[in-house]
Amino acid sequence: MMNETASRHRVGYDGAKMGMWIFLFTELLFFGGMFLLYSVFRSKYAPDFHASAAELDVYLGTANTAILLTSSTSMALSIALLRKGKQRLSILCQFITISLGMVFLFNKYIEWATHIGNGIYPHSPALTGMSRGKVIFFSLYYVMTGIHGIHVLIGVCVILGMLLFTAKGRIHQGDFVKLENTGLYWHFVDIIWIYLFPLFYLIT
Amino acid sequence: MDEKAPASAAVVSNKTYIIVWLCLLLLTATTVSVAKLHLTKYAIIPAVAIATAKAGLVVNFFMQLREEPWVLKMMLLVAILALTLIILLTFADTWFRYGLG
Repeated sequence: MMNETASRHRVGYDGAKMGMWIFLFTELLFFGGMFLLYSVFRSKYAPDFHASAAELDVYLGTANTAILLTSSTSMALSIALLRKGKQRLSILCQFITISLGMVFLFNKYIEWATHIGNGIYPHSPALTGMSRGKVIFFSLYYVMTGIHGIHVLIGVCVILGMLLFTAKGRIHQGDFVKLENTGLYWHFVDIIWIYLFPLFYLIT
Repeated sequence: MDEKAPASAAVVSNKTYIIVWLCLLLLTATTVSVAKLHLTKYAIIPAVAIATAKAGLVVNFFMQLREEPWVLKMMLLVAILALTLIILLTFADTWFRYGLG
């Protein structure tokens, strides 16, 4: 009986994780389509892309990269700590992850507000007056960082839910696949930013 | 009894995660420094190479792909190859159409 329960549990666990990975593959192709557009237009309008990238704040971009990488580390730690039975430390790490995600979004808000303040936003007179390559660069910038930002926001909300589950004991040392899958999602969102950062900020 | 624990992967030590984190920050500093060299046309090569190294660290350690069964590794490989193929085929088209490069 014990064996049967254990193996059933195992099937559920493996299935849950594989389901999450398959979802992440669809996300990969979703973002992949945008990276495809980016690479084709960049090779067509290379000088415009280089000139436009100078408008972006490299320091804020670098800070946001460090913030997201740190948040991934705290997410990974929260799972390892929970599996060692350290519930409170796990909750603390989840809280740190959520906070860093919020800081990332706040920095993103400052960046967008600066661009919009400079008159660069979709269909603005300043932007439509620019060359075609620059218009495409900023369109891709807004769409790609915007959709990435929405993913960060969703991640923050889901981790908050996991934090409450962990506090209530619904996620614990013996059953943590929800937290692990949330971690997989968060790390995936981190990987997308790992590519967005050099492609948009470091090509001047 | 060949009863297995519900968790497939072993718990990774905190120390490993901290080392991976430091490596990721170091690689970020490297990519920012390399960008300052202004390699113009070739800047994309170190940028994507370093990003891929960072992604590799995240996938293998944080997402624990190392510990996953080979089926999952193959699935990820197929997904990445599909994306690479889509990008390559698109370039094969646009290069000849607009004479890019």
